Amino acid sequence: MHGLGLLQGLGVTLLNFFRSPTTVQYPDRRVGLLGMAKEADMSPIAFAASRPGDALKAAAGLATVDTPSDQKVRFRGQDFIWYEERCTGCASCAKFCPLGIIEIVTSTSGKHADEGEVYDIDVFDIDLGRCMFCGMCVEACPYDALHMGGGFERSRYERKDLVISVDELRTAKKKPSTWFRPQLESARYDPHSGDERPWEKAGRHEQPTREELTERWVDER
Amino acid sequence: MTGGLLDNSWFRGIYCNLAESEACRIEHGYVYFKGLQIPGLLPLGWEWLAFLLTGFAITMVLVNGVLGTVLMFIWAERRLLGRFQSRLGPNRWGPWGTLTPLADAIKTMFKEDIVPAKADRWVFNAAPVLMMIPGLLVLAVIPFGAGSFLADLNIGILYVIAVTSLVTFAIVMAGWGSQNRYAMFGAMRAVALLISYEIPMVLSLLGVLLLTGSLSLVAVVNAQTIPFILVQPLGFLVFFIASIAEINRPPFDLAEAESELGAGYHTEYSGMKFGLFLNAEFTATIVSAAVIVTLFLSGWRGFSWLPSQAWFFIKLIGVLFFMVWTRATWPRLRIDQVMAFAWKALLPLTFINLLASAIEIQVWPSPTTDQLWIMAGINFGVMIGSVLILSWLLGPRRAPSPLLGSQPGPISPEAAADTTGGAS
Repeated sequence: MHGLGLLQGLGVTLLNFFRSPTTVQYPDRRVGLLGMAKEADMSPIAFAASRPGDALKAAAGLATVDTPSDQKVRFRGQDFIWYEERCTGCASCAKFCPLGIIEIVTSTSGKHADEGEVYDIDVFDIDLGRCMFCGMCVEACPYDALHMGGGFERSRYERKDLVISVDELRTAKKKPSTWFRPQLESARYDPHSGDERPWEKAGRHEQPTREELTERWVDER
Repeated sequence: MTGGLLDNSWFRGIYCNLAESEACRIEHGYVYFKGLQIPGLLPLGWEWLAFLLTGFAITMVLVNGVLGTVLMFIWAERRLLGRFQSRLGPNRWGPWGTLTPLADAIKTMFKEDIVPAKADRWVFNAAPVLMMIPGLLVLAVIPFGAGSFLADLNIGILYVIAVTSLVTFAIVMAGWGSQNRYAMFGAMRAVALLISYEIPMVLSLLGVLLLTGSLSLVAVVNAQTIPFILVQPLGFLVFFIASIAEINRPPFDLAEAESELGAGYHTEYSGMKFGLFLNAEFTATIVSAAVIVTLFLSGWRGFSWLPSQAWFFIKLIGVLFFMVWTRATWPRLRIDQVMAFAWKALLPLTFINLLASAIEIQVWPSPTTDQLWIMAGINFGVMIGSVLILSWLLGPRRAPSPLLGSQPGPISPEAAADTTGGAS
């Protein structure tokens, strides 16, 4: 019979009407009095008694609370985490980058001339404006010095501001994504809730100390 | 001059304070402003001014009230549509997003007002204003409560139908004046829609007219000892569908089908002219919901624990909710489907309804409430039977339909084989 499908459709929309919306509000969400009290971990009455101003605002539908971004540990965001202590300046990342957007300029440091294995990194520019976040630079890094990062609020007004400089890489918070870094994941590291990861703990192996290195070098000789 | 009008409580409330009138004092025992020695503010012989001022005051309340309601309805519709689609709807600006329409209005006012170079300027500029007027004109005859109306026209229903048809002129003017093919297409579709749906709409009202014996909307409400939606279910169904089509709301918004015509007849409009079109559409929605409430849902009648105006608005909100609900659910029809639906489905249904009502009125010329209930039972049977028969006749599964040659529908294997075989 004609018309039954129409009624079925009305039923579907009515079900949706009574269901709570699936929308995730970001970066903050509007809450009513009950939601605000729940956020403050109080009963609505206690909340209204202790913070009447906020309660009034919430009851008028004007209160907002911050929404934590719910990300996975392997989330690949729009920044990179770089450990200078681990980096040798081999520029594998720059060589593997399909778009050629990583520019590395190194100079001999002279600090460890006896070992002859460390370069100073003078320039390490990553042009995020052209980056496609494939992560091949991270895969290519032999020393686990470069990691994907979890940041995602990186809108800029000009393209040139999207270039990450070496200073920015140095000062950025060391919270690497666990993407392509099973050692971080098996250590149950969470970049979104955890602390900064020191450079010693970011690699595949326990980082050998200087003494151990010297010893090994001497032994091999 | 004002004897009949003084039955209207809105009118009496203002007029009797302005004019010195024996009618106010004697017949209605009206209480004047306290402390006033003279019964009216205006001296004797100035009743015409009081009459004029009263009319203006009520009109102002009505028009501004409806425009305010439009703002609220825009917000409510967007919120409801959001909830029907499992999302939130506007929620940022003001409590629960209630100030969103206000922000929209301000934004619309500051937009550039563009007139196309080859547009027919007079027609182009007049169309939005003309579009706005009919919706407001209808308000004059709608009784919002017991004794709360601007005018009790004895041809109220005819007036409503005549005035709402004027919207089409505005749409055609907009389409013609824009010098835009999409706009013209939209306008032509609106005309086709109006001509097709005006007929079942008017015919479905004849059942109500037969029951009340009057064209006055006040009389229609007074006659509804039980709501006419029960006595005239088929009439209500057809009238509801036809009025949705008349006001160009989904699923009949072919005049502005955005996936086919850009924005239809208001493609070329920007700024506040576009705002007027939008406003007019929402006004028309509210007004047609008010007409539906008056004609089929017993208007302001209700239980005595709420004032009659409150009952009217509760019913109005119910009808508007249903309109938003259907809008959220049903997809837009194709133009040929819409036409076929009007002429092949709705028109026969209205004739069946009219026939049944006429026979019932012949049996019970002035029906009591009990007789109305019996009529309701019969008419519900008639509705179900006729809808079943029509859907059987027009259904797509009866492959070579005798009534519908080109009705689109699933092609049966035999028919498909026939088209390929008979290509020569």
